[in-house]
Amino acid sequence: MKRWPLSFLIGGVLTDIFIAAAIISLFWTPYDVTALDIPGKFQAPNMSHWFGTDHFGRDLLSMVMIGTRNAVMVSLVAVGVGMVFGVPLGLWAAAAKSGGGKLIDEMLMRGNDLIFAFPSLLMAILITAVFGPGAINAIIAIGIFNIPVFARVARGAALPLWKREYILSACVCGKSAARISMEHIMPNIANLLIVQATIQFSVAIIAEASLSYVGLGTQPPDPSLGRMLSEAQTMIFFAPWLAYIPGGVIVTMVLGLNLMGDGLRDVLDPKLNRKRTSEVEDGAA
Amino acid sequence: MGRFLLKRFLSLVITLLVATVIIFIMIEIVPGDPAAYMMGLSGSTEATEALRAELGLNMEPWQRYFSWVSGMITGDFGISYTYRIPVSELIIERTLVSVPLTVYALILSTLIAVPVGVISASLRGRFADTALMGIAQVGVAVPNFWFAILLVLLFSTSLGLFSAGGFPGWDAEFFECLKALTLPAISLALPQAAILSRVMRSSVLEVMNEDYIRTARAKGLSKRQALLRHGLRNAMIPVLTILGLQFSFLLAGGIIIESIFSLPGLGRLVFQSIAQRDLIVVQSIVTLLVFAVVMITFIVDLLYAWVDPRLREGG
Repeated sequence: MKRWPLSFLIGGVLTDIFIAAAIISLFWTPYDVTALDIPGKFQAPNMSHWFGTDHFGRDLLSMVMIGTRNAVMVSLVAVGVGMVFGVPLGLWAAAAKSGGGKLIDEMLMRGNDLIFAFPSLLMAILITAVFGPGAINAIIAIGIFNIPVFARVARGAALPLWKREYILSACVCGKSAARISMEHIMPNIANLLIVQATIQFSVAIIAEASLSYVGLGTQPPDPSLGRMLSEAQTMIFFAPWLAYIPGGVIVTMVLGLNLMGDGLRDVLDPKLNRKRTSEVEDGAA
Repeated sequence: MGRFLLKRFLSLVITLLVATVIIFIMIEIVPGDPAAYMMGLSGSTEATEALRAELGLNMEPWQRYFSWVSGMITGDFGISYTYRIPVSELIIERTLVSVPLTVYALILSTLIAVPVGVISASLRGRFADTALMGIAQVGVAVPNFWFAILLVLLFSTSLGLFSAGGFPGWDAEFFECLKALTLPAISLALPQAAILSRVMRSSVLEVMNEDYIRTARAKGLSKRQALLRHGLRNAMIPVLTILGLQFSFLLAGGIIIESIFSLPGLGRLVFQSIAQRDLIVVQSIVTLLVFAVVMITFIVDLLYAWVDPRLREGG
C-alpha cells in the first residue's frame, strides 16, 4: 500500500466536511432559512449565529449549508453528464482510430474542439438565459462543457492501450471494439477519469457560483453561494462577513477538491506527466 | 509546411461555419419577439409587423442566416435592436475597453507567474517553493468575482485608492483610464497567474532535466546561467499555449468582472443584450469571441509548428 500524500489527506478532510455539511442540511440546519427575523438582522458572527445573519436576519450558517448542498448537487450532476457522454465518445474515437477509422476519430475530435472554441461562461449564461434560469439548466450548461474534457482525457488514455498485447489478444478472441473498450480499456483508464472528475468538480463549483452570482443559477428562495455574494455586494461596507463567508466557503471547497485531485494523481498514476506531454504533441500535430 | 497550413486553415473555416450555425440556431429558439419587445406594450400589430419587416425578421430563417453571415464577412453586422446603431460600431466601442483590460490582465499574470514559477522550480522542495505553490493552490480556487469584491472592499472602501467602478473613456487622461482598469485587471489576473505559475514551475523542472542543460552545465555554466540562457526559452513554450488560451478565456470571462466594476466592455454589452433580447448583438459578439478563440488556437498551432519542425510532419 502506497502512502497517501499530505495534500490528499488535507483535501479529503476538507471535501468530507463540505459533503457532510451538504448531507446534514438535508435533514437539519441550525435555523430555518425561510424564516425572516428582521430585528435580528446584520448580526456579526457570534455564539448563537456562528456565521452571523444577513439583511433579513436569516442565519448565514444555515444558508451556507444549503448553498453548499446546491453547489455540490449541481456540480456532481454536471460532471456526471460530462462523463456519461464524454467518456464513451473518447473511447469510441480511440477505438476508431486504432481500427483504421481515422475519419470518425477526426470528426469526433474536431467536434470536441468546436465546443472548446465557445467561451464556456458566456455560453452557460446564454443557455440559462434562453431556457430560463434555474438549477437544471445550470447543470446542462455546465455539463455540456464537461463533455469534451472527458472525451479528450478518455481518448488520450485509451489510445496507447490499444497497442498493448492484452488488447490485441482480446481482438483475436473476436471481441468487438465496444466490448473491449468496456471490459479492458475502461478499468485501465478509470484512475485517470477519477482524477479528472475531481478537477472538473471543482471547476463546476466555480461555474455554478458564477452563474448564480449573475442570477441564472439556483433560484430564490433556495440559498446559493453565488447569489449570497451578489446580494452581499451592496452591504459589504457595514456587513463584510456577508461577503467573506460564502466566498471563503467556495474557496475552501474548491481548494479541498483540487488538493484531493492532485494527491490522487500522485498516488494513482506516477507516469501521468509523461503521458501528458505526449498527448500535447499528439494534439498539436 | 504548405499542406499543414492548408489543412489547418480548412479546419478553421469549417469550425467557424459550424459555430455560426449553432449560434444562429440557439438564438432562433430564444423565446420572445424582438420587434414586440422594442415596440413595448403600446405597439399596434401593424407597427410591430412593419418593424419586423424593417429588421428582416419576417424572412425565412435560412435567408436570415445567409444574410447575417454574408453581412459579417463584409463587416456589416446589422443594426442593434435596442441601440438603433450598427452593431459593428457598438462592438468596436466596447472592444476598446475589453481588449485593453484583457491585455492588461495577461501582462500582470505573466509578470507574476513567470518569476514565481522560476523561483519555485529552482528552490524545489524548499520552504519558499512550498509556500509559493501553496499560495498558487489557493489562488486557483478563488473565483475572480469574489476576489474583485474583496479588492473593492480593501482598495476602494478602506484605503480609498481606487474608485469602485466606472470608466472615464479613452478621451480622458491615459493614466486615469489605466487606474480605472487596474482593479478589474488584478481580479482577472490573479487566479490566472496562479494557474500559470504552476505550469511555469513544472515546465522549468522538466526542462532542467534535458540533455542540453546538462551539456550547458558541463561547459561550465552555473545552474542559473544554464536556466536563463538555454532553459527559459524552452520552458516558455507550454506557458505560451496557456497564455493563448487564457486570452480568449479572459476576453469572454470578463463578463462578470465588467459588471462588478461597471466597465462598458463587451461582456457587459452581451449580458445586457441578452436581458433586452437584443439578439443580433448577442449573436455577433458570441461569433466574434468564437472567432477570436479559433484564430488564437490557429496562431498557437502555427507557432508550435514553426518552433518545432517535428510537429509539421505528423500533421
